[in-house]
Amino acid sequence: MSERVSNCPGCGAPIKFLWSSAIQTTCEFCKSILVRTDVDLEKVGQVADLPPDASPIQIGTEGVHRNRPFTVIGRIVYEYQQGYWNEWHLIFNDGTSGWLSDAQLDYAVSYLWQPPSPLPPASNCNRQASFQWNGATYQVTVITTAHYVGVQGELPFKYWDKSDCLFVDLRTTDARFATIDYTETPPILFVGEAIDFADLHLKNLRQFDGWTQ
Amino acid sequence: MTSGPAGKVAKSVSLSCPSCGAPIDLRGYFHTVNVACAHCGAILDARTPTLTILQKFEKQTSIQPAIPLGSRGKLNGIDFEVIGYQLRQIVSDGVAYQWSEYLLFNPFQGYRYLTEYRGHWNFGRTLNALPAMQMGLRRTASVGAQVYRHFQTANAQTVYVLGEFPWQVRVGDEVSAADYVAAPFLLSSETTADEVVWSTAVYTDGRALWQAFQLPGSPPPVSGVYENQPSPYKGKVGSVWKTYFLLLIALIVAAIVLPTMINRNQKVFDRDYVFNGHPNGDSSFVTQPFELDGRTSSVEIKTITNLDNDWAYFHYALINQDTGHAFDFGREVSKFSDEGSKEDRVIVPSVASGKYYLRIEPEMDTNSPTLRFGRSLRYEVIVTRDPPVYWFFLVAFFLLLIPPIYVTIQAMKFEGARWAESDYGSGGSA
Repeated sequence: MSERVSNCPGCGAPIKFLWSSAIQTTCEFCKSILVRTDVDLEKVGQVADLPPDASPIQIGTEGVHRNRPFTVIGRIVYEYQQGYWNEWHLIFNDGTSGWLSDAQLDYAVSYLWQPPSPLPPASNCNRQASFQWNGATYQVTVITTAHYVGVQGELPFKYWDKSDCLFVDLRTTDARFATIDYTETPPILFVGEAIDFADLHLKNLRQFDGWTQ
Repeated sequence: MTSGPAGKVAKSVSLSCPSCGAPIDLRGYFHTVNVACAHCGAILDARTPTLTILQKFEKQTSIQPAIPLGSRGKLNGIDFEVIGYQLRQIVSDGVAYQWSEYLLFNPFQGYRYLTEYRGHWNFGRTLNALPAMQMGLRRTASVGAQVYRHFQTANAQTVYVLGEFPWQVRVGDEVSAADYVAAPFLLSSETTADEVVWSTAVYTDGRALWQAFQLPGSPPPVSGVYENQPSPYKGKVGSVWKTYFLLLIALIVAAIVLPTMINRNQKVFDRDYVFNGHPNGDSSFVTQPFELDGRTSSVEIKTITNLDNDWAYFHYALINQDTGHAFDFGREVSKFSDEGSKEDRVIVPSVASGKYYLRIEPEMDTNSPTLRFGRSLRYEVIVTRDPPVYWFFLVAFFLLLIPPIYVTIQAMKFEGARWAESDYGSGGSA
């Protein structure tokens, strides 16, 4: 996996990886979804045009979380009742990855985390449920059924062609945040914190006509 | 700043209302889920290119928000644009209490809220943490170190909508809304079937908002006391009592020190007498003369008796030997078990210096136990020139109490007015 530059098997355009551990990326030109194999890139699907969105974040946006600089290198787009939301894939300068979710300009940074005991099945995860992780009580605050809309850029795993996605959001009394992602079996857990826009120190953002950051 | 590789400058959109044809500006970009036409009030689905009509009204009562949609202002150093407006109400005992809610937008920072009820404004945002709830007689909710007291829980209904919202909104929407207060802060929850949304707000001066949004005229007049309005007496009660105690200490020190400096407190006469009764005669007599020196000042005459379950009356005259000017006064001394005292003390004010003597005429009931059983009334008369006077300090003590008691009562009245509107007040509206 030392090869950092390849060609798109769909259109031949050069595909450059920003992160050596990326498993999946998309071709900017033909919108092919490409998965890295031992030898080459394999086209596994095609991204439909992503819906117009108004996130100030874009691929290439840089920021800082808890003194660790990061760059946005990919995203997963979901749709739910209140509109679209983005899970931006972050690559930190120490090579680890994380996620910055932007739902209606509510921001949260989270990291994939292995819970000490297996997560309950979705049918057992209701609004009354709570979990003890890392000395904090995480309470279920909202259960969201979302639709997978598309992907863009580099991701740490294979992820495409999902349909309905069930997410369980949890919060603590000290603004910690967690999401259980039931699109995978067994479900996977992301933990992190809700964060103010200003505290992310973002650079290289989108521009909005008539607004300055 | 420069835009990124995929950077497309986002622009606001102008469309027209499919219901009435009026122009509709979308200021909230693609975040906007619903938009209510400013002209006909129809609620439209902003995510469909044709703006599908979601809710329509036969008769639209047009409400002009005090801060017009599209107004921009800097709050806490961040620019916000007013993009949505809701009139909401709670109904209590058949009375509708209505307030305004403005939705503020910044494409980077997200959404904030302004609420207004009878000229009282609050600037708020959704809360990312879950408050820690403490149940009990009086519910509280804590966010970090801040403890909020439960104020009211009521059903809040949306009665009018204008502009854009990044969520589904309809006239008639109802949520269970709870408020917790820690003036000037407010913690609120809105509970629907799916979710509990918490938000915090801070009480904000309407004039500051008018300045921030550069609005003409003045904000709506403020009336009544609002749930999280900071008390004008907050902190003053403590400080006024602190001042009181400092002055009290000064007063006590003055009461101890000043008399020794100002008053001569000089004993000029002291004699013991015996009275056995004079059934048919005059019991009056005069004392040896004594000198009253110094400036014109008061004189204290003290009578100490051996009365026990009995009383006596003393006719006194303090007479100037040279001029014959007399100060006449009578003193009754009575001592019955726990009542009264064997001693009497009287102050004769403004006595000029000179040589004086006392004329004393004791008087007792002939049936008095003392005389009936053959005992004698023994008494001592002590005259003191310029004794210390304490009444001034006593008056000062009560005068000093007025400001702290006044401020304390005003502060209690303010809190009373605040909580009268809560679920815990007599005039509770929930």
